[in-house]
Amino acid sequence: MEIPENVKKRLSLPAEEYFYAGHTACQGCGAALGLRYVLKAYKNRAIFTIPACCSTIIAGAWPYLTFGAPLFQTAFETTGAVIGGIEAGLKAKGYKVKGEDGIMVVGWAGDGGTADIGLQALSGFLERDHDGLYIMYDNEAYMNTGIQRSSSTPKGAWTTNTPGGKKHFLEQKPKKKVIDIVIAHKPAYAATASIAFPEDFIRKLKKAQKIKGASFIQLFAPCPTGWRSPTDKSIELARLAVQTAYFPLFEYEGGKYKINMPSTKKEPKPLEEYLKLQGRFKYMTKEDIAALQEWVLREWEELKKKAEMFK
Amino acid sequence: MAESPFKEEIERVEKEYSEKMTPGAIVYIPGSSVINKTGSWRVFMPEFKRDKCVRCYLCYIYCPEPAIYLDEENYPVFDYDYCKGCGICANECPTKAIEMVREVK
Repeated sequence: MEIPENVKKRLSLPAEEYFYAGHTACQGCGAALGLRYVLKAYKNRAIFTIPACCSTIIAGAWPYLTFGAPLFQTAFETTGAVIGGIEAGLKAKGYKVKGEDGIMVVGWAGDGGTADIGLQALSGFLERDHDGLYIMYDNEAYMNTGIQRSSSTPKGAWTTNTPGGKKHFLEQKPKKKVIDIVIAHKPAYAATASIAFPEDFIRKLKKAQKIKGASFIQLFAPCPTGWRSPTDKSIELARLAVQTAYFPLFEYEGGKYKINMPSTKKEPKPLEEYLKLQGRFKYMTKEDIAALQEWVLREWEELKKKAEMFK
Repeated sequence: MAESPFKEEIERVEKEYSEKMTPGAIVYIPGSSVINKTGSWRVFMPEFKRDKCVRCYLCYIYCPEPAIYLDEENYPVFDYDYCKGCGICANECPTKAIEMVREVK
């Protein structure tokens, strides 16, 4: 439906819609909302590649397509390589890739397809410095296959293969910091974003379009089904994750860090506010929560130090 | 809503996909997913109170479907063909102008 002209002027996001209704994401899906923002930012001037993940289904089982842009569905471990291939193909055909009016090549993979299975292809993509953008939407487990743990699952979380209880245990390892692995490659642009802050996310997408070279964005996308949270709390959870410094928003550009949110001058909110909304954390003991809170603050201090050192 | 904004698209998808299988199983109609009326998934439906709305667009911005449009007067319009009833709009509305009510069919 056309947005009226007078509304467009007041709207903080691009008014054009290239993400169509009728997709098969669950109610309150963060990944679907993330895709909507990406398509709002790049319109139909982008080519997408999606490996096996929830987004394969969201983008459409044959013969339906949710996007108003071309999409290439690929194998689980090859997202980074396919971005490189599409970019090289476009350049060989004489198209302008990246830049103000260039075509964007966007890889969109989940945390399993990035942190575990696709890590090698991601590393190659960053190392060869292709003119593409890799977006990892982070819902902290393999949600499409039924909530199995990934290396991006936080410590103490319930998943179907870390069910807790007397005989089993909850997730034992802390969340893998993929963004730090990415920054270790010294890419042209890397950032974290959240679906609760769409203006910030779209600004980062536009920035990634302008900067030549490999770019990476880690997008925090709540999953009500896997997190055992109410469907209407998705945005609230994403916002709390940022405000508690569990998932701080920052940018890395040309060797410099810049923290966007939460404010570095104030203490972040207590983590319990974020945890208590989700059923996947309900088996955690008081000690577990204290340990996770300590881990969050430690990571936050580390990021603040980095931002101070490289500004 | 009186009429679906995707009427033409739905007709095109129904016509072209029923006639033949696409070569190489390529999907060549962008946005062909509009044929799936996901509104049938809904348990709770958003009820809009126009007099409480301050036109901040937060419901439009945060709708994951998207099943919320904006009309000439900047008020949100709900598309019950596609709304899955997640309740994000009601939760994010600063003036509580949207209320989730159990749908009776």
